[in-house]
Amino acid sequence: MSYCKQEGKDRIIFATKEDHEAPSDAELIEDDPNDPYEDPGLILPNGDINWNCPCLGGMASGPCGQQFKDAFSCFHYSKEEVKGSNCVENFRSMQECMQKYPELYPNENDNDSAPSGGADNAPTESTSADSLPTFSPDSTPAATENPAAS
Amino acid sequence: MFKCKTVWNKLAPLARASSTLCLQNARKSALRHGRRLEMVQKAQMSSGPAGGGGENTLYYVLIGATCLGTGVYAYRTVSGDKERYNERMIEIGSRPKQGPQAAEAVAKVVTESKEEPVAEEPTLTEPPAEEPLVTEAVVESTETEPAAEAPVTEPIVEASIPEPTVENTIREPVVEASVTEPVAEAPAVAQSEEPLAPVVESEPTPVIIAECVPEASSVSESGKTADSKAAPAAEPVEPTAAPSDVPEHAPYLLIGGGTASFAAARSIRARDPGARVLIVTEESDLPYMRPPLSKELWFSDDPKVIETLRFKQWNGKERSIYFQPPSFYVSPADLAKVENGGVAVLTGRKVVHMDVRGNKVTLSDGAEISYEKCLIATGGVPRNLQVIDRAGEEVMKRTTLFRKIEDFRSLEKISREVKSITIIGGGFLGSELACALGRRSTDVGLEVIQMFPEKGNMGKVLPEYLSNWTTEKVRKEGVSVITDALVKNVTYKNDKLEIKLKDGRLFKTDHIVAAVGLEPSMELAKSAGLEVDSDFGGYRVNAELQARSNIWVAGDAACFYDINLGRRRVEHHDHAVVSGRLAGENMTGASKPYWHQSMFWSDLGPDVGYEAIGIVDSSLPTVGVFAKATAKDTPKAATEQSGTGIRSESETEAVAGALTAETTATPPPIQQEEDYGKGVIFYLRDQVVVGIVLWNVFNRMPIARKIIKDGEQHADLNEVAKLFNIHED
Repeated sequence: MSYCKQEGKDRIIFATKEDHEAPSDAELIEDDPNDPYEDPGLILPNGDINWNCPCLGGMASGPCGQQFKDAFSCFHYSKEEVKGSNCVENFRSMQECMQKYPELYPNENDNDSAPSGGADNAPTESTSADSLPTFSPDSTPAATENPAAS
Repeated sequence: MFKCKTVWNKLAPLARASSTLCLQNARKSALRHGRRLEMVQKAQMSSGPAGGGGENTLYYVLIGATCLGTGVYAYRTVSGDKERYNERMIEIGSRPKQGPQAAEAVAKVVTESKEEPVAEEPTLTEPPAEEPLVTEAVVESTETEPAAEAPVTEPIVEASIPEPTVENTIREPVVEASVTEPVAEAPAVAQSEEPLAPVVESEPTPVIIAECVPEASSVSESGKTADSKAAPAAEPVEPTAAPSDVPEHAPYLLIGGGTASFAAARSIRARDPGARVLIVTEESDLPYMRPPLSKELWFSDDPKVIETLRFKQWNGKERSIYFQPPSFYVSPADLAKVENGGVAVLTGRKVVHMDVRGNKVTLSDGAEISYEKCLIATGGVPRNLQVIDRAGEEVMKRTTLFRKIEDFRSLEKISREVKSITIIGGGFLGSELACALGRRSTDVGLEVIQMFPEKGNMGKVLPEYLSNWTTEKVRKEGVSVITDALVKNVTYKNDKLEIKLKDGRLFKTDHIVAAVGLEPSMELAKSAGLEVDSDFGGYRVNAELQARSNIWVAGDAACFYDINLGRRRVEHHDHAVVSGRLAGENMTGASKPYWHQSMFWSDLGPDVGYEAIGIVDSSLPTVGVFAKATAKDTPKAATEQSGTGIRSESETEAVAGALTAETTATPPPIQQEEDYGKGVIFYLRDQVVVGIVLWNVFNRMPIARKIIKDGEQHADLNEVAKLFNIHED
């Protein structure tokens, strides 16, 4: 049985599990997916890659940032049957650059293969996930997920 | 020179106006009153105000205008000369310095200088005597007289520039002075003139020039600045700092090397390909994150943690507090040349003056850096208690104001050496440090006391019932918590610090940590002419974090307008990241306001952890909705579950859809006797939720963010609480 008490200006409610299982009738405002103020996640409304997405960590801003951007733009817009197969050169130069900075880009073997999956898949997939957190320093949520949207 | 110029700037329009005016008047009076002109002359004779009248004024204006007109012309020519002179100086200074063997250089210079004087035409008719300020200009103009003279000038100047540091400030004026002499003399006598001149002219000119120079820059080391103004490439500054180390220009200049600055640098680099970003920081460390200094680093098992500053997270993954290793950055000297741009960090340098009109800043060593876009992210310095400030050196030696890496290292060492540490302050930092030290207390036999004026830990943040509950938890961590404690004075007696409270209680301790707030660093406000907020402190900026056209402020120092919550200043890590990113975006043309609400979090030991967002002020009315907590609902479990390190990291670089809630092991259920195990607390302002605390409930921040953003009045907050599924993991 949920109950509540009042301590001065503060109200305290103790809610049971059953009480909270009932659907909420609180109303939330519907989000506009094209809201220009919102952080857009990895893909911008116009289809471009959001290089400033926190999900990319520091990949687009580091010393190999330009190569990274070239490689993944190429992949993103690739219309080949095997997506990204026309981008081998870009990925190779990216890999070359990354080998020059082993401290920043460890496990360079994982960066070999082009990320599989669709364009929406953030390039931080499970194989390279280990390498990324070591140089993605933000310990903070600057949203990749739009509130209540995704 | 500048004083002169400002005065002139004010007079010039007046001069022009008055000259036009009097010309018009003259014509009118000439046309209308032919004979009136005679009367004007007569009127001049009579000195009485009634007799003189308009005509007198007219005459004075005419004469004045003529004089001023001449002055304008003279000044223009003269200041033009100074620019040419400066350019020449730069050119000379940039040549390899020779020292005493200026002879060879002289030969070179003579051949080169032959081109110069032809172009420079002084045609100065005015006698150089008038104002002392004009002397310098005149001096320069005489340098540029016909070809014969030029070789005289150049070699002297050339010889003087390579000379050692302190000398130079006197040397150059002397050089300039000496030039007035050899106007008629033959060029061959060049070198020998130097010793003569200083004897005669060394006094007046350097004084004059020294006067002028401080006007030009408000930097304390005016001498050095003078040099840097006249010949930036020559930089006759300390031999220690390689002058070429400081770039002269940075397209993106970030003042301050903390979290906000790094976030901005990253944002700029992501959005502007090939951007060249220069971070200037007072600290000797590269940018690092602050939260682990009072949390994770203390819980590390690694004995070398003080050097490496790496910490192992709950899930075993290790990382450094530094955002990036040194190889990420380019050196400041290479910044202008590196192909794809980069981020350079200039450590150990403080920006002491900002010239907004000229778009440049001056560093503590006198170097100047011009910029196109500038970010001020200077953060703040810890506040100290007045009683400690006044207590004398012995007390100050035993007090830590905790903020930086060096403070962590020193406190860590001290915690292993002393018997008792007292933390003054009951907010985030104080409570976290108390818990961290409390943990150690049992291992090393350390007494940990925490004292603060509030009734409980986080008394200004959490509602009273929760603050009390938290205080009990902190006590369980081994901390002796003293509430309602106002420190009256602190003395050093018998090798111990004695803290006397207002109510008479006395505490003896070995070391004090003061965690009583942050004072935002506003030193640049004056020179930059930036607005400072009187309510919250900090630089006042708009919703897009902009202070002026090319100046943004982010992080702890920014008092900004939050569209949802009103004007505020936030001192949390995530805010530094969010605002730094936003500033970086706006510096690269985004024009976006502060919209994504930043959050903050705190862990007080393994049992108490919370995340919060918005305005979380205990003076606001609150509604708290709680469920009973199980062992799974602790910070430790949250990190294990999401497979990431720092708990809040799970919200950030998370790949869309990659997070799956899998509990790897079921921890044994712990009997929860407390009522406030987990829940959500809403902070209300005019019945609108402006702040939310997620109490031992994790990974729900997006929902909280959404509710704050909506800014709606909800009739039943229990219904809103249902959205959080607090009973589930």
